[in-house]
Amino acid sequence: MTTSTQTPAVAAASRAPRPRRRRGGIRSGERLSGWLFVSPAVLLIVVFLAIPVVMALWVSLTGWGGIGSPFSSQVPLVGGKNYTDLLGQDGLVRQDFMTSIRNVFYYTVLVVPLQTALALFLALVVNSKVLRGKGFFRSAFYFPSVTSSVAITTVFVFLFSGGAVNGVLKWVGVDGPNWLDDGRGTIQLVLGWLHLVDPDAPPSALTDHGFLSLTWWDWLAGPSVTMLTLVMLVVWTTSGTFMLMYLAALQGISAEVEEASLLDGTNAWQRLRYVVLPMLKPTTFLVITLGLIGSWQVFDQVFIATQGGPDKTTFSPAYLSYRYGFADKSWGPAAAMSFVLFAIIIVFTLLQRFVMRDKDAIAERRAVRRSRKARA
Amino acid sequence: MSTADRVASVGVGRRRSFAGVFLGYAVLVFFALVYLFPFVIQIVTSFKTQADAAAHPLSLVPDPFSVRDSLGRLANGSSGFPRAVLNSVVVTVLVTAGRVFFDSLAGYALARLRFPGRKVVFGAILAVMAVPGVVLLIPKFLVLNQLGIYDTYAALVLPLLADAAGVFIMKQFFESVPTSIEEAARIDGASTFRIFWSVVLPMARPALITLTILSFQGSWNEFAQVLVSVQSADLQTLPLWLANLVGGSLGAGTQYPLKLSGALLATIPVALLFALLQRYFVRGANEGGVKG
Repeated sequence: MTTSTQTPAVAAASRAPRPRRRRGGIRSGERLSGWLFVSPAVLLIVVFLAIPVVMALWVSLTGWGGIGSPFSSQVPLVGGKNYTDLLGQDGLVRQDFMTSIRNVFYYTVLVVPLQTALALFLALVVNSKVLRGKGFFRSAFYFPSVTSSVAITTVFVFLFSGGAVNGVLKWVGVDGPNWLDDGRGTIQLVLGWLHLVDPDAPPSALTDHGFLSLTWWDWLAGPSVTMLTLVMLVVWTTSGTFMLMYLAALQGISAEVEEASLLDGTNAWQRLRYVVLPMLKPTTFLVITLGLIGSWQVFDQVFIATQGGPDKTTFSPAYLSYRYGFADKSWGPAAAMSFVLFAIIIVFTLLQRFVMRDKDAIAERRAVRRSRKARA
Repeated sequence: MSTADRVASVGVGRRRSFAGVFLGYAVLVFFALVYLFPFVIQIVTSFKTQADAAAHPLSLVPDPFSVRDSLGRLANGSSGFPRAVLNSVVVTVLVTAGRVFFDSLAGYALARLRFPGRKVVFGAILAVMAVPGVVLLIPKFLVLNQLGIYDTYAALVLPLLADAAGVFIMKQFFESVPTSIEEAARIDGASTFRIFWSVVLPMARPALITLTILSFQGSWNEFAQVLVSVQSADLQTLPLWLANLVGGSLGAGTQYPLKLSGALLATIPVALLFALLQRYFVRGANEGGVKG
């Protein structure tokens, strides 16, 4: 722990409290109460967050089976084996893990752009100056975000597998699929409809070769129909939160900026394209990175709606790790999966913090440049 | 451009804006339906019989109107629902109280008190906020198991009693408040805790309400962290009870009035709070965004 970053006043108070007696007395009381005030929170965070991470790191290096303490001498130490089983060695563990990576990759590729676009669209409509009753609509769009993911997923399970959604689709003459029990990959389905590939007899060039324990055909499957259902559910529940972030940013765009561009004779589309969107860029970046971070963590919806099925097409890394631990008692691989997932997510988090460190300055510069360009 | 032309173009502009307003409302109403209809279906289904819900999932009028298969079965102790409600209430009250108290204590110290290690603690809080929750599921179980409190009330409450994001929010708030009143109290010889309790906290009402709401909503809705903390049926909170009920029995038409009314009752407390104190939710969402 370093103390070199203390302010001069603190250093003076701690080293020489006597010459300036009254002030020094107060400040030295602060040192004790400072630690007393932070200690409950710090203690809880250390015991239930820092120590667990260290302990899981240890378990990820062992073959602990869940009985007794993982620190006992009976527990076999396997070194990096759990990690090589995940990433290096061909086998069932790597196949499962790579399947979950594939699933959440397609999930993220759909969820992030869809929820970002929907959030921006809703914010622009709700922010429109000519419409009334905005408060009601804003609440309506935001409400799903504040409710329990378990309750919302329960409702969706009923809508999609209880016949409501397919009932609506029937009105427009569409036979809906068996949403929550359809493991067919959508890219494979589309290729089949286009008669490019027969999904029942895929080309051997794709099925005979592979990468990281999955065949190319499996990698290219796309999100399963069931995964698409989860995508819809999540886009529906999270877009409200992101809409609020866009709304806050839109309210920050001063009326002057808009008026200035109005005087320049721009139309609504040009204002959106060259003035508003560039000024929203930091928010968009925030929404996208938060979306990436959240998407890679998908867990609740999988647990309740699909439990990883059908055909493992909705296993997410987080849910797979949970199953390996709690169902199979393979705590070593389960902990290792958590850390690989951690590494993936932390990349997005660092990226976000790096870019957001100076967001206002960047936004302003861009907006000025764009509005000049629009005028020219 | 002649005057007549100008008048004509203004007319066109106005007509177009009427069309725009109409289109705007059409879009809003369409999306409001998409966002609210599932809740309407949920409420209606809570008053249907099982057979009715399976046969007419889209009908908006229960036929017959009955709570036999929904609330009637929930009220029965053997459903596990009353116990889950009790557990959820206890956990939510304890966790919310703990978070508001411990987070504001720590937030105040980090914002105002000069003590060695302050920057290190704050840096650690920022780092902790970056740790994704689901990554902690396995680690958390390991520690609870090691401490011998897995599958107890302590496991439900203790780990959630303080959270880094709450500390961060309170620190930001206290930094935005002028120090003059505290300085006056300090010169009068009040102790630091006394100043915190009787001078600072009353001024911090808006931030405290935001934090209370975030904590209430967070702990009432919490699922994954609870899932890895307990396994006994007696210790299930509402989300865990519901998740086990829904996840455990996939199959068309099974017990939907029961599940949906359970989900409805799990939604109502947060929905009420949302209706009454929406601006604090909005603030919380935007602050949550800043924290990243």
